[in-house]
Amino acid sequence: MASYSTNEFRGGLKVLLDGDPCIIVENEIVKPGKGQAFNRVKLRNLMTNRVWDRTFKSGESLEGADVMDHDMEYLYTDGEFWHFMLTDGSFEQYAADAKAVGDTIKWLKEQDVYTVTLYNGAPLTVTPPNFVELEVVETDPGMKGDTAQGGSKPATLSTGAVVSVPLFITIGEVLKVDTRSGEYMNRVKS
Amino acid sequence: MKSQPDWQPTASRAALKSRAQQSAFVRGFFAQRDVLEVETPILGRCGVTEPNLDGIFAQVDAQGIKGGWLQTSPEYHMKRLLAAGSDSIYQISKVFRNGERGSRHNPEFSMLEWYRTGFDDKALMEEVADLVCGWLQCPRPQVISYREAMITWAGIDPFVVSKNDLHQRCREWLEPEQLEDLSRDGCLDLLMSFAVEPNLGKDAPLFINQYPSSQASLARISNVEGFDVAHRFELYIDGIELCNGYWELTHPDEQRARFGADNRLRVADGKPEMEVDEAFLAAIEHGLPDCAGVALGLDRLLMLKVGTRNIADVLAFPLERA
Repeated sequence: MASYSTNEFRGGLKVLLDGDPCIIVENEIVKPGKGQAFNRVKLRNLMTNRVWDRTFKSGESLEGADVMDHDMEYLYTDGEFWHFMLTDGSFEQYAADAKAVGDTIKWLKEQDVYTVTLYNGAPLTVTPPNFVELEVVETDPGMKGDTAQGGSKPATLSTGAVVSVPLFITIGEVLKVDTRSGEYMNRVKS
Repeated sequence: MKSQPDWQPTASRAALKSRAQQSAFVRGFFAQRDVLEVETPILGRCGVTEPNLDGIFAQVDAQGIKGGWLQTSPEYHMKRLLAAGSDSIYQISKVFRNGERGSRHNPEFSMLEWYRTGFDDKALMEEVADLVCGWLQCPRPQVISYREAMITWAGIDPFVVSKNDLHQRCREWLEPEQLEDLSRDGCLDLLMSFAVEPNLGKDAPLFINQYPSSQASLARISNVEGFDVAHRFELYIDGIELCNGYWELTHPDEQRARFGADNRLRVADGKPEMEVDEAFLAAIEHGLPDCAGVALGLDRLLMLKVGTRNIADVLAFPLERA
């Protein structure tokens, strides 16, 4: 991989720091008048998701990390791995472990497309689209006539995710859910 | 769908208007004091030897002249005017510093630079205060020395601290291997930027003066309480560095020696050696009148005026949109 000097640092750049792949979140130059320049850099460790604050002397460099995002279709799980396939027509498959799948597991639906981040060719993280459409498999019976406002109740979706929904939602309906907040958006006509 | 390029300005119309008012204020200020406005090249034949400033090379090709530099400051040209007998002068100009882009930096920015014949650093600090406080309507600045500021906020005495203790203090920000090839002034710059600067000028504007002689650049040097200090000052408001001024060096030999020292530092840092500006040195040899000069960042002054921490809010088009 190429290496990047402080002048090339910018938000989104993926680099290796202490052996871990990181993404630069923020890069600020600090420099007294005619003095030595420093870069104050916020990086998110892609392995642990922790955010690091590091200072670099202007001109220092970091190795680039071989981290690439790919669109992949979710195929199935064998219990140990979750299998994905590139949507570019190559049919190439990748197996993600539980750590890579993480919380996304509750949004995984076969044939839907996810962003799989590969690090040195292996899945590092799996990110769901911002919105998914999933069927309700379990919830208390709906209340007739209650379509506008009022309370909410939990509903279990086909993937196992539990979201808070309005009282009028019934089993078998397909819901649009925001995966970032886990919030119910609306019903989807099937 | 192809995404649209960001064509809109980042500054509001109010900020653009404030910029126009600021320029008018500055011109009025100097007109009243009979200081002459001048224009000098922003594209020059030579760059600067300053170890920590990188100019931007320009592919000039005309009349057998190849190559030039977008100027990091109008200093050399303005001093040539002074040597030629211009008397006190000021200039509002665009200057360029490669690699610098952040919340307070843009590689191209607006500088107000002025020189006052017969002034020393003290007299010029008064005038800087008149200008800045007149425009911002803020209280007059206080003054503390570089040494006092470092002792107060970084907890070290910059003139006597041992290398070991200095590195120890810098460990808050840098790893030991990063410190290995960082010079003493580099360490002090780190502490200045991270430990001291954020505290400066919180209640009222604050001048820092009496810099170590190793950071004198083009300022005269005197001995104060047993330490060689530069007649150099900077003004800080709300943690923002606003200007850098000198009681100017007029000795040609000393000037040439400092250029040589700069280039040695550049080479040690792996940077290209810069051609020394002989026209500038010839002017100094002819004789620079006794004067004090200061460079003030107009974009930062405007940031303070409109109350923002982000330079993009006062620039029509910062680098990414330029």
